Amino acid sequence: MRNAWTIAKREFNMYFVSPVAYAVSFVLLVVLGLFFFGSFLGAANFGGAPDPTATIGPFVIIMLFSVPAVTMRLMAEEQRTGTIELLLTAPVRDWEMVFGKWLAAFAFAALLIIVTLVYPFILNQYTTPGLDRGALQGMYAGLFLMIAAMLAVGVFASALFANQIAAFFLSMGILVALWILGAVLQSANGPMADFLNYLIFSRHYYDNFLSGAAELQDILYFVSVVALFLFLATRIVESRRWR
Amino acid sequence: MIQVEQLTKRYGERTAIKDLTFHANRGEIVGFLGLNGAGKTTTMRILTGYMPPTAGGGRVAGFDLIAESIEVRKRVGYLPENVPLYPEMSVVQYLDFMAELRRIPKREDRVDEAMETVHIEDRAESFIGNLSKGLRQRVGLAQALLHNPEVLILDEPMDGLDPQQQIEVKKLFREVGKEKTVLLSTHILAHAQELCDRIIIINQGQIVAEDTPERLNRQLAGGDRIHVMVDGDGTGLLDTLKALPGLTRVRAVRDGEFEIETTPGRDARPEIARVVVNGGWPLLEIHREALSLEKIFIELTKDETPAAEAAA
Repeated sequence: MRNAWTIAKREFNMYFVSPVAYAVSFVLLVVLGLFFFGSFLGAANFGGAPDPTATIGPFVIIMLFSVPAVTMRLMAEEQRTGTIELLLTAPVRDWEMVFGKWLAAFAFAALLIIVTLVYPFILNQYTTPGLDRGALQGMYAGLFLMIAAMLAVGVFASALFANQIAAFFLSMGILVALWILGAVLQSANGPMADFLNYLIFSRHYYDNFLSGAAELQDILYFVSVVALFLFLATRIVESRRWR
Repeated sequence: MIQVEQLTKRYGERTAIKDLTFHANRGEIVGFLGLNGAGKTTTMRILTGYMPPTAGGGRVAGFDLIAESIEVRKRVGYLPENVPLYPEMSVVQYLDFMAELRRIPKREDRVDEAMETVHIEDRAESFIGNLSKGLRQRVGLAQALLHNPEVLILDEPMDGLDPQQQIEVKKLFREVGKEKTVLLSTHILAHAQELCDRIIIINQGQIVAEDTPERLNRQLAGGDRIHVMVDGDGTGLLDTLKALPGLTRVRAVRDGEFEIETTPGRDARPEIARVVVNGGWPLLEIHREALSLEKIFIELTKDETPAAEAAA
């Protein structure tokens, strides 16, 4: 576990050495700023309460594309340059490396999420009696969980390739698929459709968390996605042993 | 320290190494010699716990290679081929990172010590990506020495170093080789010959010869080669030499220069010198050269030569 922490620290620091972190944060904050400005103006001009979901919705959509950018390097680069050999001939277990990488990505994404708290904070200043705290907490708790799950998908994709672009597209593909599955399945029914419906990210997020109602099954869903994809990533790293 | 038996690794259909059995003792520098693709790197990756063998096994630093891989890794320092390092980290950042993974307490100053050992302390703050190949090699070495390992496994450690650096690195290996077990691979014979207490020659995944450099030379080369040079064109000397007993081959290299191969275990120089001088040829030079490992190596790694026979 301590090794995972050591690796996470290094990886987190590396985000600020590479331009990816700055590019992602820049795009994210500019776009969210525009959305916020629009919704804030709208509320001011036409009346009605400004809605904190006005920035959360776009945030999640941007993350569908930003998460792959944040995770693509993590494992792929180690495999491309061969540094993974020095890491795994040190007394480090495969899962510790995978978990450490994910943890670093999560810490970075958490930082982004925390920065977006500025929008509800501003809204809160301009509304009486202020925003619904419970709903806001639910939204943000859900956000952390969902992003954690997305990042695990990204780490998995990155473990599959020694090429960052390939890792980027695969994780984006999985994330978008899990996102839009709902639209595809609208008219489908039966156990398979139920199962696929259960897999949809947005359903677990929008149906409950966004209204502030954190359900245990949704929490479990995201935690399981993290566990499953990190497990798969570890198996891929281990596969060098029997290839 | 290192004891492996019947180590075999297959990648799908291809067998990278087959039934390797060898050992290396404490205080011994063992050279792993072979052409590129002979299976050196695969063997080293198995010994360092990067991957398990398909069959066979062994012990490194007292622990089982497969069952106690983590314990083995704690006691082994490894320098992989091409020295993969993080280019975006500084030397000291990287070494601190590895030291943390290896649980070396900060107060022990091992990072500073390791940097001093390989003479890189003045580049501590440089980014690894900006270092020359030779300097990166040294950072890799520092990393391998950080935890003061009992066993050092070095894959092509001389690669990319200039002659001056090679001399320094060799000195360093001799130093650490006194109390540690060093296994190093190379495809350059001179390095192995100069540095190693014992050489294991590996070809197509199998050990084809194993001995001290001197014994390998003697045992495999068979005899000596003697060069004779006389003033003038040495007319008639060739036939005179050919008449001598115990010489396996005599040939004229050019006018006045002859090359003579002898059967093992006898020095033919006094006799040759006597014949030349008595015959009135002005002797300029006579010297013996042991057949080089180079020749043995080429002999051993010839595809059509069954390895065991060549070694016998």
